[in-house]
Amino acid sequence: MKEFIEKLIDKYAIKPMHSRHANQVFLTIKQDRLPDALTWLRDFAGYTHLAFITAVDYPEIEKIQLTYMVHNYQENTDIGLRVLLDRRQPEMISVHHLWQHVATYQRELHEMFGIDFPGSPRLKENFALEGWQDVPPMRRDFDTKEYAEKTYFPRPGRETHDPREYMKQKLYPDPKEEK
Amino acid sequence: MENKDKMKLANDGLPEHEKPLFCDARPQTYKPLGKYVEKFLNWARANSLWILGYGTGCGAIELRPLMTARFDMFRWGLAPRPTPRQAGVFVIGGYMSVKTLKRVIRSYEQMQGPKFVIALGSCTINGGMYWDSYNTINRLDHYLPVDIYITGCMPRPEALIAGFNKLKAMIKAQQTDGQNEYARNFDWYKANQKKIVKDWNMPDYNW
Repeated sequence: MKEFIEKLIDKYAIKPMHSRHANQVFLTIKQDRLPDALTWLRDFAGYTHLAFITAVDYPEIEKIQLTYMVHNYQENTDIGLRVLLDRRQPEMISVHHLWQHVATYQRELHEMFGIDFPGSPRLKENFALEGWQDVPPMRRDFDTKEYAEKTYFPRPGRETHDPREYMKQKLYPDPKEEK
Repeated sequence: MENKDKMKLANDGLPEHEKPLFCDARPQTYKPLGKYVEKFLNWARANSLWILGYGTGCGAIELRPLMTARFDMFRWGLAPRPTPRQAGVFVIGGYMSVKTLKRVIRSYEQMQGPKFVIALGSCTINGGMYWDSYNTINRLDHYLPVDIYITGCMPRPEALIAGFNKLKAMIKAQQTDGQNEYARNFDWYKANQKKIVKDWNMPDYNW
């Protein structure tokens, strides 16, 4: 695995890797090299299964991070390829030609994060939200609670307890106070 | 004549060429027949509650055990039906997303009267654990007239049976007025529904 990753790094000029398990590696790659790297991984290196594409929003650094997770059934190893997109106008090269199900993932990412994948089929169609008019709901600057209170007629009288304090009172009174 | 036109529904969500295809009348209130006839009818209604087989949320998982031999809902005259035209009870199973709400409204309006709504789980009462979600409603009674709530997250099948029996008692005592309430406050319900369902591309009243 290690030699293979070094080869991959040489081939696609990938930034330093990050790994927690022996058989799982995350690498950050340049945006325009991603289709090449995925194609090479799929066709020559045995990473035939794209497990998921996921996005994380980082408003602090004005970036959205995409992770493409590919899996190798023979060696039972995973590689996560990460790309950083500009948050103001997130746009990524579509890889729906490599795996068919990618189009669906990209549709969801477009709806939930507002990421554009030019050329991806049925991208602009509704996925889970119908007629959504606000900021894409998975962006971190979208205030879910405020939106729900404004839109969904909250029933008055809801109480919330800080779980930690509540459990302390109910089950484990502070030993210092007892003495 | 003017009043009659005013009472018609606009069906703004439909394209122009589809408007003549759909009904533009409002829902009607039901006037009870004579005292003893109505009593007999209520007895009959209470003993043949037919559920619309539409699992709208995670609570629908509690409807399956009801059909099995252990709980056996057929003992109480409950039966699942495949289409709203044959069903009399709508069981809203737990959380309701906006996308589902649109289908639920459409199904509810297509059901023949008298119709009843059972709201299952805390999500239908005040949102439950999804109270601050961007896509699930908080309280169902702003969108549909609810006859009975069953609390819990999730309620057990026993609780559901208790709820159905309560509903039966209410029907026999003529305390269920959901259908008439919906017809009387139709504009209010419709305004609430349209506030949530942004792409309203169906008739205002689906009958």
